[in-house]
Amino acid sequence: MSFLPDARAARFARRKFINRAAIAASLAAMLFGVFWLAWILWETLSIGLASMSAAMFTENMPPPNEPVGTGGLANAMMGSLLMVALATFVGAPVGILSGVYLAEYDPRGRLSVTVRFVNDLLLSAPSIIVGLFVYALLVVRFREFSGWAGALALALIVIPIVVRTTENMLSLVPVELREAAYALGTPKWKVIARITLRSARAGVLTGVLLAVARIAGETAPLLFTALNNQFWKASLSGPLANLPVTILQFAMSPYENWRQLAWGGVFLITLAVLGLNVLARLLSRKK
Amino acid sequence: MDAAMNLPILAALPPNASGAAPFPPVKMSVRDLDFFYGEFQALKKINLDIPERRVTAFIGPSGCGKSTLLRTFNRMFELYPEQRAEGSILLDGEDLLTAKQDVALIRARIGMVFQKPTPFPMSIFDNVAFGVRLFESLSTIEMEERVEWALSKAALWDEVKDKLSQGGASLSGGQQQRLCIARGIAIRPELLLLDEPCSALDPISTARIEELIAELKKDYTLIIVTHNMQQAARVSDYTAYMYLGELIEFGETEQMFLKPARRETEDYITGRFG
Repeated sequence: MSFLPDARAARFARRKFINRAAIAASLAAMLFGVFWLAWILWETLSIGLASMSAAMFTENMPPPNEPVGTGGLANAMMGSLLMVALATFVGAPVGILSGVYLAEYDPRGRLSVTVRFVNDLLLSAPSIIVGLFVYALLVVRFREFSGWAGALALALIVIPIVVRTTENMLSLVPVELREAAYALGTPKWKVIARITLRSARAGVLTGVLLAVARIAGETAPLLFTALNNQFWKASLSGPLANLPVTILQFAMSPYENWRQLAWGGVFLITLAVLGLNVLARLLSRKK
Repeated sequence: MDAAMNLPILAALPPNASGAAPFPPVKMSVRDLDFFYGEFQALKKINLDIPERRVTAFIGPSGCGKSTLLRTFNRMFELYPEQRAEGSILLDGEDLLTAKQDVALIRARIGMVFQKPTPFPMSIFDNVAFGVRLFESLSTIEMEERVEWALSKAALWDEVKDKLSQGGASLSGGQQQRLCIARGIAIRPELLLLDEPCSALDPISTARIEELIAELKKDYTLIIVTHNMQQAARVSDYTAYMYLGELIEFGETEQMFLKPARRETEDYITGRFG
């Protein structure tokens, strides 16, 4: 640094030191976070994988205290699949249409401002409240826990996520693109369906996938609605088996065979959520 | 040396430039047009005749209202509730601003190309066919012919004829802009509005678009907004100079650039502005 005057050289050295310190601090913070995440993943995957067997997919939940390795989670997977699918098919269209209204029809109107505010509240509301709401709405009224109630609770969690991502993605579409479509004499509904929604497609789909990933692991909304069920059932009426509540029950039980199955359930959900996230990432990158 | 030898360009002008060529038929007349963004008045009492099958350029410094004026011609401003226009804009004698007919039908007669290329998220073919499908139901063969016609007019056909099913966004910037021009002329409008169509393009693409403009004026009435005065001089037959929401001067391009009637115009054109 001989070409620098001394005062400047000193400032430069100080700046370099602060720079190094900041990089070291942020690296340490990152490692701290990643460490726990990696540990959780490792435990889940290694113990979960050990409990994997064909029976996991073909047999229903066993009674307690059976030998380890007998029985599976087939009925819970089926129940989860049914409820997540119904919740997505109901929640995603409602969410997308609401997002379209907020972004395209009346972005600054009073109704939109109110809806946006309430939506943000729903987005951050604890999911157990959603479960209790559906409990009061359906379970108490019909005096029965049911898969329908569970699916509704999950749909109520899907909607605010999809509303938010859809609106955000639509508002990222350049104004020029909309104007170019209008300039051809395109009616509004066609501009939205063929141009704006289409160019925001990857983002909107990503939002839906992330919502699916979120509800796949939600336990609280199902505790008061779908409850659980030890037997195979492919319909939504009556209490319905599902992975998250099964994991809760089995993991807290004193029976070794149940605890092994709980690890298996954790493994399955983790893989599913991981897969959905990777898919969402790929979709948004393709754009 | 003879004085006239020093001024060869001026000498080439008709002796009395102000009363030179007769004004061509009028395609569009703007009468007493005021325009407001909320409280702010962006256009003040604009009166202007747009000649048919000629290129008219709007020039002027940023914020002078030239783009705003252009966007009143297809009522684009109506997308924004706080914007309004007063006065009249007559297209072949019919007032666009009070017309009973649907705004979509007006826009079908007046195409527009924007500053940034805006390919739709669909194939090159569908980009061009999109607008046509809104107003006409053509057979597959007729549609293929129309798309080829529009792309050829826009000097893009040879470059894309083997990849019509590819996405419009896969083209280069200059190609995308020509695609947008093809899309605009595919619906066979009578008027084509060009809002700084070359400002995002490199010089080669710009030259191609300018050639295209010269070609298109055989069939269409064109209006171009441009920041580039050389471009206005090259491509336009008539030029309107605007400043602070007012139309300062309007006339034949040659005359405007050589012997502007107003001092303000001359200052702007010669770069002595401000």
